[in-house]
Amino acid sequence: MRLEPRASTAPWLNVAAPLGAALLALLICALPLALAGADVPEAYRLMLAGSVGTRFALTETLTRAAPLILTGLAAAIAFRARLWNIGAEGQLYLGALAAVAVGTGFVPVPGFLLLPLVVVAGALAGALWMLGPAWLRLRFGVDEVVTTLLSNFIVLLFVGMMLEGPLQDPMSLGWPQSAPILDEASLPKLVERTRLHFGLVLALAAAILTWLGIQRTRFGFELRAVGANPDAARFAGIAERRVMLKVALFSGAMAGLAGVGEVAGLKGYLTQDLSPGYGYAGIVVATLAQLGPVSVVASAIFIAGVFVGADSMSRAIGVSSYIANLIVATALLTMLLAGLVTRYRIRR
Amino acid sequence: MDVLEILLQASFWAATLRIATPLIFGTLGELICERAGVLNLGIEGIMTIGAMSGWLFVFLGVDLWTGILLAAAIGAGFGLLHGLLTVPLGLSQHVTGIGITLLASSLAYFTYRVLLPDVATPPRIEPFQPMAPDWLLAVPFLGPVAAQQTALTWLALGLVPLLSWVLYRTPLGLALRTCGENPVAAEAQGLDVYVIRIGAVMAGSALMAVGGAFLTLSAFNAFFFEMVSGRGWICIALVVFASWIPWKALLGALLFGAFDAFQVRLQQVVGGAVPYQLFLMLPYVMSILALLVMARRAAYPQALMRPYVKGQR
Repeated sequence: MRLEPRASTAPWLNVAAPLGAALLALLICALPLALAGADVPEAYRLMLAGSVGTRFALTETLTRAAPLILTGLAAAIAFRARLWNIGAEGQLYLGALAAVAVGTGFVPVPGFLLLPLVVVAGALAGALWMLGPAWLRLRFGVDEVVTTLLSNFIVLLFVGMMLEGPLQDPMSLGWPQSAPILDEASLPKLVERTRLHFGLVLALAAAILTWLGIQRTRFGFELRAVGANPDAARFAGIAERRVMLKVALFSGAMAGLAGVGEVAGLKGYLTQDLSPGYGYAGIVVATLAQLGPVSVVASAIFIAGVFVGADSMSRAIGVSSYIANLIVATALLTMLLAGLVTRYRIRR
Repeated sequence: MDVLEILLQASFWAATLRIATPLIFGTLGELICERAGVLNLGIEGIMTIGAMSGWLFVFLGVDLWTGILLAAAIGAGFGLLHGLLTVPLGLSQHVTGIGITLLASSLAYFTYRVLLPDVATPPRIEPFQPMAPDWLLAVPFLGPVAAQQTALTWLALGLVPLLSWVLYRTPLGLALRTCGENPVAAEAQGLDVYVIRIGAVMAGSALMAVGGAFLTLSAFNAFFFEMVSGRGWICIALVVFASWIPWKALLGALLFGAFDAFQVRLQQVVGGAVPYQLFLMLPYVMSILALLVMARRAAYPQALMRPYVKGQR
């Protein structure tokens, strides 16, 4: 038995693969659920109801999907160029930190400029932070996986330092949290009396622009060429390094925007537990989406649903909501397997 | 207290060894995987589940050494999964490794929460006690340092010459290195590249898990969330720093341990003048610097991250 590359992939297979991978992940995770003493069908029913069952649940899922779309885009575009940015978690926090620095009036700006500046500052912070690992990779050949991973820890400590230092809310009674973001700097709500905010629109716009950028611009062509075959791209006269650098900046900016949405749209202030691993989950989102910017939206909504649903199921029957992390991690591995099926056929 | 005074304290060197121990296990484990040609980014998660499971088994009543063995077996299990996905199936070693880390750490957290749903303080176990041979205790200066170490630290130190011997002096080591340098040549010698690579990943992952278990069974006596806190990633940097050579891995881990022990003591001296987070950042910054210094000179195993397909050149 051996694997033989497919000449072309049927379109239905590209849709079926992620769906199959998601279902397989849910099936595999039935085992730990059962071992934890849960009634598996009931647990999954509660998860489904808790994620899309009511209007409120649906808005919660979409609220969670917003940062996941952005971190998913961050991973998707970087992985397409074979730039392994595993630092979205840190870039997200830096984006949030910049948003707070501008949005709480720590840096003085006139009111009408505040919101655009918050968004730009957040994206810029994420992008500039990604510049470091990218430069080390391109200039010195330092593997960016390790540098981006390690930089996540550096950023979290830096955020802690800022929240106990210059950015600490004087009214917080010593808690490491920032002052609330001013009203003019906050992203408006999309639906009244829910937590759904304008960050979702921002994320959707980013996904569409990324898609257009990849399909319709010269940069997108160069990106696809570098990702498909770096040697051929170089031979064709594409400046591989410049493409990689742009990809790094774009990837970091997306992750930074995710942080902006979370503080300026959802929480209103920055704490050290802003993100429950959205940066890492973005890798799963991108893989499930087969690195396609539009499918990132769908897979982000799925992953968000798993998290929101698991929280709600956990409240109802008391099984730890870490089952969501387990399902998401399993989905990453099953999707890698499903990706094989789309690219290869099995021959005897 | 000045720098010299710190360096002359037995407690400083004892701490250095203690901090270095999990790094020695992890770095040697990653080194075995990479020498066979497989990058294992599952290390962070495997250390986490090693820490959790080792502690859990001891908490449930098995003795400490059985706990270590069971943690190693679970580590090897995750190694098998990583090996199967990346070696015969040739999946991206980067993404698969991150997947293994997410899977192993979420499984550890899920299991912990399911078994102990509402404990506020983590339950404790009776950890390994310090032990050292009498003749070593009698040596001036070294004695007090050795007196604070547990059996696991001695095991870690003993593994370094053992692994060097296996890698450079046995047919198995030659086979493993050939798989990482030139799998086609290995296959031509009648070796099964798949079996050797998967075996190497399993053995390496078992060591990573023991490194994690050291945290809960020796360095501390309980399991905390996020307790591995990037040690796995630091090990990956240390492997590059060590140029894939076991004794240099030991050197790297000890330097790192000394640095970490030093910054903790420096923190106490400098006190409130400098935010403590700056000190905590240093290990991560150091790892990046170590990579930067060594990246150019590093003699990467030639077939690292290149999946081998039988019958294809």
